[in-house]
This record gives sequence, structure tokens and C-alpha cells, in this order.
Amino acid sequence: MNLRYVVPASLLISSILFTGCAKNNAEPALNKSTTSETVATNTNPSQSTASPDLQPAIDQYRSYVIEQCDLFVKETEKFTTAVKKGNLEEAKALYAPTRMYYERIEPIAEALGDLDPNIDARDGDVDPSEWRGFHHIEKALWEDGTTKGEEEVADQLLKDAQLLRAKVETVDINASMLVTGAVELLNEVSSSKVTGEEERYSHTDLYDFAANVEGAAKIYELLKPELQKKDADLEKDIGERFASLQKELAPFKVNDAYVSYEVLKEDQIRKLSQTLDALAEPLSNMGTILGV
Amino acid sequence: MEQDKQNDVQSNLMLNKKLSRRDMLRLAGVGGVGLLLGGGAIGSILSSEIKTKSSPSTSLNQDPDSIPFYGAHQAGIITPSQNFICFAAFDVIADNVSDIRKMFQKWTTASASIASGSLIGNVNDNPNLPPSDTGEAAELSPSRCTITFGVGPSLFDARFGLQNKRPPSFQELPLFKADSLEPEWCGGDLCVQVCADDLQVAFHAIRNLARIARGTAVLRWTQEGFQRSAQADPKSATPRNLLGFKDGTANPDATDSTLMNEVVWSQSIDGTSWMTGGSYMAVRRVRMRIEVWDRSTLSDQENTFGRHRHTGAPLGSKDEFDTLKLDEVDSKGQPVIPTNSHVALAHGDGSIQMLRRSYSYSSGMDLKTGQLDAGLLFISFQRDLQKQFIPIQQRLANNDLLNEYAVHKGSAVFACFPGTTEGGFIGETLFGRI
Repeated sequence: MNLRYVVPASLLISSILFTGCAKNNAEPALNKSTTSETVATNTNPSQSTASPDLQPAIDQYRSYVIEQCDLFVKETEKFTTAVKKGNLEEAKALYAPTRMYYERIEPIAEALGDLDPNIDARDGDVDPSEWRGFHHIEKALWEDGTTKGEEEVADQLLKDAQLLRAKVETVDINASMLVTGAVELLNEVSSSKVTGEEERYSHTDLYDFAANVEGAAKIYELLKPELQKKDADLEKDIGERFASLQKELAPFKVNDAYVSYEVLKEDQIRKLSQTLDALAEPLSNMGTILGV
Repeated sequence: MEQDKQNDVQSNLMLNKKLSRRDMLRLAGVGGVGLLLGGGAIGSILSSEIKTKSSPSTSLNQDPDSIPFYGAHQAGIITPSQNFICFAAFDVIADNVSDIRKMFQKWTTASASIASGSLIGNVNDNPNLPPSDTGEAAELSPSRCTITFGVGPSLFDARFGLQNKRPPSFQELPLFKADSLEPEWCGGDLCVQVCADDLQVAFHAIRNLARIARGTAVLRWTQEGFQRSAQADPKSATPRNLLGFKDGTANPDATDSTLMNEVVWSQSIDGTSWMTGGSYMAVRRVRMRIEVWDRSTLSDQENTFGRHRHTGAPLGSKDEFDTLKLDEVDSKGQPVIPTNSHVALAHGDGSIQMLRRSYSYSSGMDLKTGQLDAGLLFISFQRDLQKQFIPIQQRLANNDLLNEYAVHKGSAVFACFPGTTEGGFIGETLFGRI
């Protein structure tokens, strides 16, 4: 998603952090400083540039994003509390399921400046002095087998999660973001989850994998009625291929938990990757509903 | 005359024939495409351009760098070898013939565009969609690109109900002596052989066909290959393999259509109607032990091949194309051409022929040994694998001196369909027009 919010973080933080409803405060500031070619500049989301038929989908997606964000903050609080209390096993158990709320809406978070690296950077993604967030704690939990020394990181992570929740209100979602966001979610899987690089200590990559796919499926579900009108074959194709991918993933889920990525054999990984590519190809043509 | 040409050009345009990328540029350069669409008074601008490029009776599409995709036979079989190959074997992941048929229909349309140098598909300007052509061959010459499709014996297993369509003599090759096959270089439900005088053009074809296949078929293995280019060898001498020897001297004459019907093209009397006009391909990935070869003496090398390295002539002869004299003996009564040399065994009694169309390959380094992973992507076309490739390869596998320097790592066979005409699709004889 080619969104570049150039709002200085300090400005936003001062105005919206910890406020219950940040929308009214933040929106004017945001709209003055966004780059106009990628983001619609109108202040009222209901006056989007998208065709009016897509507005219900956009509104529903906004609700979905906020709902996921709410749950994300809630679960992150449980996770960081476990870390701070030194409950190693509880923290490990909460780690992957908590992240799923984030992974479902990752492209939206990525559109919000530094939030994504602060929450989700892997070792080596950022300067070591700035590295924090989930993967910092992941390394401590699995590699070092301790929660010690992660207390501050945990506090910061919760704050970052809350900031995400506050900022997400301000994102002006348009139809194009929906369409590209769905593909981006699958690209996330292709480029880091399939390779097992995302969760290099916990090997919980399949949780992220599944969550990214669920996030893309949500967008498809919302756009389905319009897509059906515009290109029924394409809609059918995408639906079938989501089903194939779910079918490929299913055997790796046992009692609501995904198996460790280390268990997967090379040919199983390749099959997952190719099934994902098979889905992403028609999915990338959903933009057809946007016209020319 | 001049008027005829103008009409020719215009009627081509009226018929909505696809312009090649180059034609488009040429036309755009002289008058703008917009003018063309308006028809009318464009002749004078166009004709001066066309005159230098084509004879009066030819259309825009007859570019010497463009080999027609449509025809009785698929191109890329008896077509003179291009500089490069991109070969891909695919496995079908769909569970029904209908999906395969649809893919071949799309493959055919895309291939015809590629062969004529046009962009694939018609969604290349919509900002909201990924372009239907990936673009790396835009504005390039078609570079004599040919795309040849085939199906492997595994396609005729129980998955698609095609068991009864398998030609009786078409099955996986037997294991030959000294084969050292690795599964990652073997087999495939389908094959696509792309050859072109430009590697980027060839890659573009494989990439786009793999893209179109997504959801229906997945890549199983791929190999790129090369020969000396026409630029490096303007006289088009017989190409040399990576061991430094001429390879292909004894190939049958592909311009002799009677001979091709005997050696290469499947005939109706062969009993498999969907293959009439097609050909069977054997492909072997032969790793050469380059380092070992490089430290063997010239006489060892020449005895291994049975030919002189410099001229390509059979040992004891002067000219590359001199007749093989396998019964000739030296003063000690020893055969001049060793009986277990490559040329002696490949020739046998001379009764069996096949059309070879191989390329050299270089795939970087073998990480285990630090040696070059290079060799030959052997490809041959024949009317019947059982009667042609297999007996020849059996002779070679059992005794060939070359086996010390070459090891077969990959193997596959494919039944390459007959050609098709515009409106039809490659594979229609097997999958049916529905």
C-alpha cells in the first residue's frame, strides 16, 4: 500500500494518544499532510472517490479493522502482563494467537508510519538500538527461555498497540486500498511467512500465515457482491482458490493450534506456497471493480 | 503496386490483426497510432515504411524474426535452433480436464502473441490492475521465439480419465545403465519448450505461461540453455558442446519433409490419432564432468568422441561431413574409430535416426564439490521413442566412453502435440474442443 503518512508522530501523539475518540482531533491534521496522489483527501469517509456501490464494503471493512484493533489491544495487554509477571509458559502460549489480530490487518498498520516496525520488526529489520516489539520478546521467550529484561519492551509494546488503535480511526480507507490490501496480505505470506523467516525463534509462522489469509478473505467477502456483478468467473475463481488454500492449511491445525513450522517438510511448504500463488493471481485482478 | 500495399496494410488493420510490438512502434513513429484508427488518408505515410520492410505480397506479420505460431506442426521442433532455450516441466494440480483445456486455450493465445512480438492480453493500461503482460519483452524483436507444448506419460494416469488415450509406446523411459537420476530433474505432466534468439524474450515467455498456469499447473523443474549465438558464428557451423566437440553433425536434414515424416512426425498409421503431426520428445539433463574432461589428453578426448576436435571429421577423415568408416582399421588391425566411441555407438548400423535439438547449460556451481554444474540439455524428437531414442540410448549407456565424463541427472519424455490453426488451440486433439 503506497500510503505515506507524513504526520509528525509527536503531533499525533499529543492530540490523540489515550483519547477515547481520536477521529475528530486527528483528521484535520492528517488530511493536511497526506500525499494527495495515493490518499483521498476528503474529510468525510462517506464521500469517497470510489463508486457508491463500494461504500458499504468500505464501511464494513473499517468496522472490521477497528474490531480487530480492539481485540489486538486487549490480547496484547494479557500477553504483556504475562511477560511482566514472569509467566514464561503463559506468555509463550499467548504470543502467536495475539499476533493474529495484527496480522489480519497488517497493511493498514503498515500505512501508519513507524507503527509497523515498532510492533513487528524482526531482528535486523531496524537498527539494533531501536529494535522492540513482538519479535524482541519472542527471542527472549524462546531463545533465552526467560521473560527477564523484557518488562520495558512489554510496556512499550502495549503503548504501541494502543497508539495503533487510536491512529487507525484516522485512516481514510478507500476502495483501492481494499483491493491492494488483500493482495498485500498474501504477499506478506509469500515473502516472509512461507520462508519461515517471520517467527524464527517460536516457529509459529502458520498463525501469521493463517491470519494474513483470513484478512484477505475478509476483504474478498466484502467485495464479493460487486465482484460478482462485474466478473462472475473471477469471483468464482477466487472463492474456489481460497477454499483450496484453507484445505491445504487445515491438516496443520490441531485443536485450534497450528503446528510448528519446523515440522513442515520441503514439499509441503512448496505446496502451500504454490497454492497461495494460485490464489493471489486472480485476487490481484479484483481491481477490475474499480473500473479503468 | 503502391496502392496494393496500402490496401494490404489497411485490410490487415481492418481485420483487427494484432500488430507486432515493432510494427506498432514503427507506425507510431511515423504518424501516431491514432491516425491508423481513423483509417483514410494514411497510406502515403505508411507505405514508405512498409516498402523497405516487406515484399508486396507479404503482410505486416511476416517479420524474419517472427516464426509463425500456428501451423500443421508445432514450431520449435524442426525449426532451426535458436540461440537460447528456457525449458519448463509442469505438474497439473487441477483435478479435471476442463481446467487443463482452458489453460491450453489461454496458453495458445498468449503464445501466438509472443511469437508475433505482441503484448499478451488486453489489460495493459488499466492503473487498477496488474498488467496482463509482464512487460520485459515490450518493444523487443520476437527473436524467432517458438513455444512447443507436450504432455508426459503421468498425465494419462487415473486423475483425468485419459488412461485410454495414452499412445501404447509412450511411457516413462526405462532406467539406463549408469543413470544417476535425481527426482528434481525428472518427469512432468506437461512441458513447455521455449526457444528464442534472446534469453530475455525466452524467459518472458516461460514466466508468463507459468503465471497463466497458476491454479491449474505448477512448475516442476526448469532449465535454461544456450548455444553459440548466430552473431558469434555467422557461418552457422555445427555448434560445439561444452566438451569442445561439434555436436549434431549427423542430424537428419530437417528441410527434407519426406525424411521428417519418417523420423520425426507421428503418422496416422502409427495408431494414435491425436498425435498425428506431433512428435515425441526425449529430454535428458546430462551433467558433464568438466574438470575431469579438462585434464584428459587430446587423443583421449578424440577417441572418446570418435571425431577430431578441430574439424569435427570422423577419426581418420578430413572433413566434418565425411562418411563414417566404422570398419576401417589401422596398421595394427585396430579400428580407427574406437567401437565404444560416442560416434560409433550413436551411429550403430545407421538404421535408426532421431532429430537432436540440444542446448548446453550452465547452472552455476555444485555447492557440494565446488565444481561447475554444466553440461547438456539433450533434446531429441522422434516418431517413436521405443524404436528410436531408447535403443540408441541403450547402446550408449552400456558402452560409451563418454560415460566417464558425463552423467545423466535428469530425464523426461513428452508427447508434443500437432500444431493448430488460428481459432483452435494446442492440445485440442487430446482435450477436445468444447
